[in-house]
Amino acid sequence: MKKLFAVIVFAIFAVSVALAQAGGELRFCLHSEPKTFNPVLMEDDSSETIRYLTGGVLMRVNRQTQEVEPELATSWKITDSGRTITFQLRKDLRFSDGTQFSAADVAFTMQQLMDPALHSPTGDSFRSGDGKVETRVLAKDRVAITFPAPISGLDKLFDQVAIMSATSPLKEMAVLGPYVVAENKAGAYLILKRNPNYWKHDGNGRQLPYIDSVRLDIQQNRDIEMVRLTHGEIDFINSLDAEYFDKLASSDPAMAHDAGVSLDTEFMWFNQVQNSPLPAYKKAWFTSTNFRHAISESINRSDMARIAFRGHAQAAIGPVSPANKFWFNAKLQPHPFDQKAALQLLAQDGFRMQGDTLHDRDGHAVEFSIITNAGNKYRERMATMMQQDLSGIGIKLNVVTLDFPSLIERMTRTFDYETCLLGLVNTDLDPNSVMNVWLSSSENHQWNPSQKTPATQWEAEIDRLMKDQASTLDPNQRKASFDKVQEIVWQQEPFIYLVNKNALSAVSTSVRNVHPVALRPQVYWNIDQLSLTSEVARNH
Amino acid sequence: MKWARLISIGLLVLVAAACLLANFLAPAPYAHQFRDLPNAAPSHQHFLGTDDLGRDRFSRVLYGTRVSLLLAPAAALLSSLLAGLIGGFAGFVGGWTERIVMAATDLFLSLPWLFLLITVRAILPLNVAPMTSVVITFALLGCLGWAGAARVICADARTFSQSDFVLLARASGSSGFRLLWRHLIPNLKPILFAQFWISIPVFILTEANLGILGLGVAEPLPSWGSLLRELESFSSGSTQPWQFVPLILFIVVVSSFHLVLTKQELPA
Repeated sequence: MKKLFAVIVFAIFAVSVALAQAGGELRFCLHSEPKTFNPVLMEDDSSETIRYLTGGVLMRVNRQTQEVEPELATSWKITDSGRTITFQLRKDLRFSDGTQFSAADVAFTMQQLMDPALHSPTGDSFRSGDGKVETRVLAKDRVAITFPAPISGLDKLFDQVAIMSATSPLKEMAVLGPYVVAENKAGAYLILKRNPNYWKHDGNGRQLPYIDSVRLDIQQNRDIEMVRLTHGEIDFINSLDAEYFDKLASSDPAMAHDAGVSLDTEFMWFNQVQNSPLPAYKKAWFTSTNFRHAISESINRSDMARIAFRGHAQAAIGPVSPANKFWFNAKLQPHPFDQKAALQLLAQDGFRMQGDTLHDRDGHAVEFSIITNAGNKYRERMATMMQQDLSGIGIKLNVVTLDFPSLIERMTRTFDYETCLLGLVNTDLDPNSVMNVWLSSSENHQWNPSQKTPATQWEAEIDRLMKDQASTLDPNQRKASFDKVQEIVWQQEPFIYLVNKNALSAVSTSVRNVHPVALRPQVYWNIDQLSLTSEVARNH
Repeated sequence: MKWARLISIGLLVLVAAACLLANFLAPAPYAHQFRDLPNAAPSHQHFLGTDDLGRDRFSRVLYGTRVSLLLAPAAALLSSLLAGLIGGFAGFVGGWTERIVMAATDLFLSLPWLFLLITVRAILPLNVAPMTSVVITFALLGCLGWAGAARVICADARTFSQSDFVLLARASGSSGFRLLWRHLIPNLKPILFAQFWISIPVFILTEANLGILGLGVAEPLPSWGSLLRELESFSSGSTQPWQFVPLILFIVVVSSFHLVLTKQELPA
């Protein structure tokens, strides 16, 4: 019996290997045109896709294991209390145009990255303090980079740094990644061709990537994108929303992939800005921890995940999604849905029910508005569900959808709002990437930005812990500090975390070696390993 | 086409009666979320099934139709009155007054409506009840929708003010107000009436467009705009044909409004 089983397994393996074939063209859609091909200037999703497909990096965060793996650098060492990183580079590598790769290219890339005139968004992560970043070419295959101040989690930051050639006449179009931009029809499509000098080989010594070319069609309309997938015109959709996913799962279940909870979080917060144009009694509500807890415990997050996201989300616990394997604080549990407990908390602050309406101790009926961006049906659904949930404790919630510029204006300039519902699309695992959210002096400290001194004791404590974790290199010590931050945020709830969405994607059965994951890019993170079935490879 | 007109009037009366009696006909409150039954198919409890939050679609169609069908004519009345006042006055007085008023009208016509509505909506206070927000939305539509009609009325008022019967009335000593009240307004009435009927479906459509952008009537109050938003994703709608009922009703009502107009009332 065991032998028969082994034979069947071998036969399945052999057939799948036979069906998978090198060559062909992989097709998918970008939702907008890439704004630039210069890897240091990229900040939009489409440009980042190009960078991922074409750029060679010194090290890569494996999207599946979330561990750092060597790429162009074979090894690296962090010294000088986290200020210096020294890379040992692979030898005899060439850019797509044949130019030799050396330590000088890494130095050139760092110089471009840190050039104040270029305002590189990628470079911002490396700005650790006043002073210049110094890059020393120690040998042709050895380079050391010294920063003015220590940077914790320094190595992972290089996942975003595509190395540029210092000498190639093609400048940023000469790349070290698996593909190279071969054709760009503005507003219509891009064709990427296999990089003839790509350094990676599979276990059999065969040069990667397996697929000859990638066609990226510019397509904003998600309906059309979906139709094209089902008609076989494209091979995958990297990120799907819950409705499209369910539709696909019922018609072509083999194409629908739910990789589980992602890093993306939906949350709301109360405006706690002291000089906002809100009445004093509302400021008192919003700055009360009991009030925020009561609201949090009156929202049925499970219903939200089940109904608004059709079950493709889970109740959020805190600022870090469980998808973030290392940094998530597993001790924390979701806030329960308990309206009785919520009313008890409110009673502690002098709130009482009069008929069906909740009133504060001065007799003001509890009513506030929640703003969110117009056109996002998931957020509108969540807000409408909160409306019904909060009516259960006598609170009237007015849902207001605003166009995005008006929303940002109210959030960041006039502070003329009461609560706001938004989401955070996380691409980085490290807490340093959210320093600007947690430091009370930061402009992005949304509930009360740009504070001269922390308004509360617990905000001062978060400031201290965030700085502590940023200034130490020991990952466990950093984790301990950031765990404490998560606990404070869980207790104080300046942000009320609602749900973490699942990573949903759609992939044609003609694509092989696909293992969608929670981290972006969910489907093509192992682009150089993907292949097409022989039939599709021939037809494309 | 008399029969078509009669059928249209009958349909409009039927729809108006149904939505006015929504309190009695609706099987459930329009805002109540039956969370165990989201996206349910039609059943005895929910004739048109439920929406994505589990709200009874039939109740929402009744109340949404009431909102759109009551407020769109109100907005049409407001815009027609404004058009009559501004256009009628400019056409009657003529000369520089007419030129200045028409220049202002042209300027108004050139404004991007949608962006103006979005901007005005954004600066409104946040804590307004859904019913107030819908009244504000339609009031805005009424206040912004007069310009096109004013141009038509101005042209007609000018023609009438130069016509023989007005000249005769003037010659026999009629004052400006009497000329306006007894001679001009009665003659402008059919045009104003036609403008009123034409504006109703236009405003319904505009509210629906705003609703599709998520900027129309505030939740949980339904309107045709918010009901039509369910059809945003046509691929998901195809498996639930009952979702198309609001769209069919919308088409029937808008078509009926057009058919109600007699041939003489229709614009050339």
